[in-house]
Amino acid sequence: MTPIDPESFGFDQARHLALRAGFGGTPVQVRALAAMGSEGAVDYLLDYDDIDFEQVQAREFDRDILHPETADEREMYRRARQMRDENALAQLRLRRQEAQRDDRRQARDLQRWWLARMIETPRPLEEKMTLFWHGHFATSYRTIENSYHMFRQNQLFRKHALGDFGELLGAIIRDPAMIAYLDNNDSRRDRPNENLARELMELFSLGVGNYSEADIKEGARALTGYTFRDDEFYFDERNHDTTRKSILGVRGNLDGEGFVRAILSRTAVSKFMAWKLYSFFALDTAYNPRERPESDDKAIDDLASAWRRYGNEIKPVLRRLFLSEHFYSAQVMGQQIKSPVELVVSSVRTLHTPPRDLGILLDAMSLMGQNLLYPPSVAGWSGGRTWINTSTLFVRQNILTYLIAGRMPYGYDSRADSEKLDTEELRQSIETAYGDSEGDGDLIDSLLRFTIGAATQDRRAALHAYLDEQGARLNAETIVGMLLLISAMPEYQLT
Amino acid sequence: MDLYDARAYTRRTFMMRSLAMASAATTIPGFLDASAKALPMPGLGMSSIPGVDENRILLVVQLGGGNDGLNTVVPYGDDAYYRARRSIAVPQGQVGKLSGRGASGVGLHPAMDALREMYDDGMCAIVQGVGYPNPNRSHFKSMDIWHTGDTTGTGEGWLGRYFDSQCCGFGKGESGTAEATEPPPSPIAIGRDAPLALQGRQVQPVSFETADLFRWTGEGVDGALTEPYNEITRAGAPENGSANSNAAFLMRTALDAQVSSERIRAAVRREPDVQYPNSGLARQLAMVASMIRAGMETRVYYVTLGGFDTHAQQGSAQGQHANLLRQYAEAMRAFYRDLRAGEQDERVLTLTFSEFGRRVSQNASGGTDHGTAAPVFLLGPMVTAGVHGVHPSLTDLDSGDLKHQIDFRHVYATILEEWLSTDSEVVLGQRYRRLKALDV
Repeated sequence: MTPIDPESFGFDQARHLALRAGFGGTPVQVRALAAMGSEGAVDYLLDYDDIDFEQVQAREFDRDILHPETADEREMYRRARQMRDENALAQLRLRRQEAQRDDRRQARDLQRWWLARMIETPRPLEEKMTLFWHGHFATSYRTIENSYHMFRQNQLFRKHALGDFGELLGAIIRDPAMIAYLDNNDSRRDRPNENLARELMELFSLGVGNYSEADIKEGARALTGYTFRDDEFYFDERNHDTTRKSILGVRGNLDGEGFVRAILSRTAVSKFMAWKLYSFFALDTAYNPRERPESDDKAIDDLASAWRRYGNEIKPVLRRLFLSEHFYSAQVMGQQIKSPVELVVSSVRTLHTPPRDLGILLDAMSLMGQNLLYPPSVAGWSGGRTWINTSTLFVRQNILTYLIAGRMPYGYDSRADSEKLDTEELRQSIETAYGDSEGDGDLIDSLLRFTIGAATQDRRAALHAYLDEQGARLNAETIVGMLLLISAMPEYQLT
Repeated sequence: MDLYDARAYTRRTFMMRSLAMASAATTIPGFLDASAKALPMPGLGMSSIPGVDENRILLVVQLGGGNDGLNTVVPYGDDAYYRARRSIAVPQGQVGKLSGRGASGVGLHPAMDALREMYDDGMCAIVQGVGYPNPNRSHFKSMDIWHTGDTTGTGEGWLGRYFDSQCCGFGKGESGTAEATEPPPSPIAIGRDAPLALQGRQVQPVSFETADLFRWTGEGVDGALTEPYNEITRAGAPENGSANSNAAFLMRTALDAQVSSERIRAAVRREPDVQYPNSGLARQLAMVASMIRAGMETRVYYVTLGGFDTHAQQGSAQGQHANLLRQYAEAMRAFYRDLRAGEQDERVLTLTFSEFGRRVSQNASGGTDHGTAAPVFLLGPMVTAGVHGVHPSLTDLDSGDLKHQIDFRHVYATILEEWLSTDSEVVLGQRYRRLKALDV
């Protein structure tokens, strides 16, 4: 890919970069990014280790809500069964149900915590990559019902966010949440469960068509004994198949690590992962090269060779993408449908709305089809146009009404959230960013360019008509009114 | 007795047989079919959907929390029932006894008189002992299992997959071609959440608590925004730019949303023709009836009644559980009366289920804990009224729980094949024997 000409990296390009490599920024933040120049801005976002932010503590969440049965509990249960003591059994069952209820509450806390982190972080790419990996190694709380394991997995994604993919792949087969989600804890030496082996190749690394059914069978044997105890990975030696295997052409007494090495020796990994990264950060496009536009195909090939050159390191691949001319072309800018998370988080971060009630934001995200920690299947969220239908579109518009004006979205009582968006700050920020405004017309143009990327004649006319109707006065109410109209424009769904 | 051939010959079945030829809505002889297709359906307000199948509607009523099946369809003829439930059993004299084949010794809870009336009118089929192997007693998990039609409880919803198979050729676990054809109208769920059952890969449900909230809330902030908002969404796709771009797609969808919002709100503004009881479920059903009577093309509706998690003081002939059953039965009766007044009842089949039944023995708090198998109701003029299947034994238990007699996917397969005229194997991933519970 041709690198971007540093001269052509201006405010609009910086805005695009901030949205894609993070969750956007206020006009003033975007201007600061633009002033760094293309390389400076991209490196600022990529080298986020240099930016101080509160470390995530392992003790952030309670690890003991759910725990393996203690000897005492086992004994109580045994005795109750033996005595056919229905009441005692019901008591025990009730206690377990209570623990599960507490755990669901903690899963909710974890969702809030992550959403707050995305809204607040000065290291947006770290959270964006964590979101990418959550969709890539999709694991659902709904199935594993263990909030602490979900937290640990989330933290794993954060730790390896831009690092060596091989390390992450090696870590994911030892991750309790993943092991439980894909049933590897039920895998036995004499009865290997193929679930993890299959997805490890199909969805996590190689893609369909780059392995055989025999590789799955052999891979499943390599993964036998990979289980967990309480919160930790456990290698159950007695259940591990130690006989010879042949996976993807590599022979030997392979275990999970050997399986991962065999996968990493294939060039298909680079192509598959380049496609995944490109689809997430640039343009949602087809996996099959024959079904995607040539420009996408060329970009993906380019990223794949960068992937190989840098030995599975994510950061240099993204650097190449973010510094390419193609990334800032009309084919890419403003052409991607925002995921529900992007829609909500970037609206808070760009317009600087009050963050409102995180629970309501999470509910709306779920209605829009993206319930954090609950991906619909191991394949993650399909994204793109599947986010949009007549029902989700109203939810999208209405959650923006809530963020901008504090009016509760449907499903909640009509009490408004009285905290106001600071329109004066937004106006000043826009005026500073776009240069001194000479009249109201310029503010409308700037608002449109800042929020939806372009000010077409129709959209400009719609806002002017509204403003004229209101006596042509720019004040807190009319600016909120215009923001509401902008957020209801179909283009607002694009990034 | 063959479980799958538990046809009850009720008054209505005979009646329907003789009327079958007269009622073109259900059976049209082949040679008349082509010409009949050109005719609009009588009583259908606005659209003339050709053929018969396309006019069929499925309503799902979910009883959330785990309905106590034993106090719903009461096995009053079994002493074991009274032994296991000393204080909460429904006294024999108060049970609404049922007649017909398969109904001996069972009856409906007295709060369900309205449903018994429907049963006598040939509008209610009860499928006994419905469940699945290795029952899961978690509300969430078991609900997911019912919603996905898969005992792992993962994947898309069963009705979502039905829609996917209709629009885009997806089968269970298959990849299809997205956007192959025009998607069918989205299923509608009344409630805040979109039920998993309706979620497919392509097709997603429309859900709203009240139709008035299926609209842009910005108008409520300032009325002056309505006009410009309507202009923005009505503009449709721009003339310049590709019709296949995401922008054009979003503009088309925005226009669709606006139009369906208006249609739905216009539909539910109607005053129902019958008196509905004053309950949450009745309000939901009145909305559904209004949408059906307004000729909306939606084929699947979904409503929910919660509160069935009766761990304590559930009552017997009266009380907490009785109130829920009454609410359900009376709302259903009003719903079908309303449909009948608009000659739409023949089009609507109702499936009622709960994620599990409850344990056979009552607990120490005068309630019941999470159990397993329970009855399923199928309602509508097209059902083969009666009690299908045998009641699970109250003494041959699996650690205190009933053993299921009929896998719930047999019920789904029956609905998919016989009512929605679709290949159930594509939707459910395998073939299940159909029940003889529908007369279509």
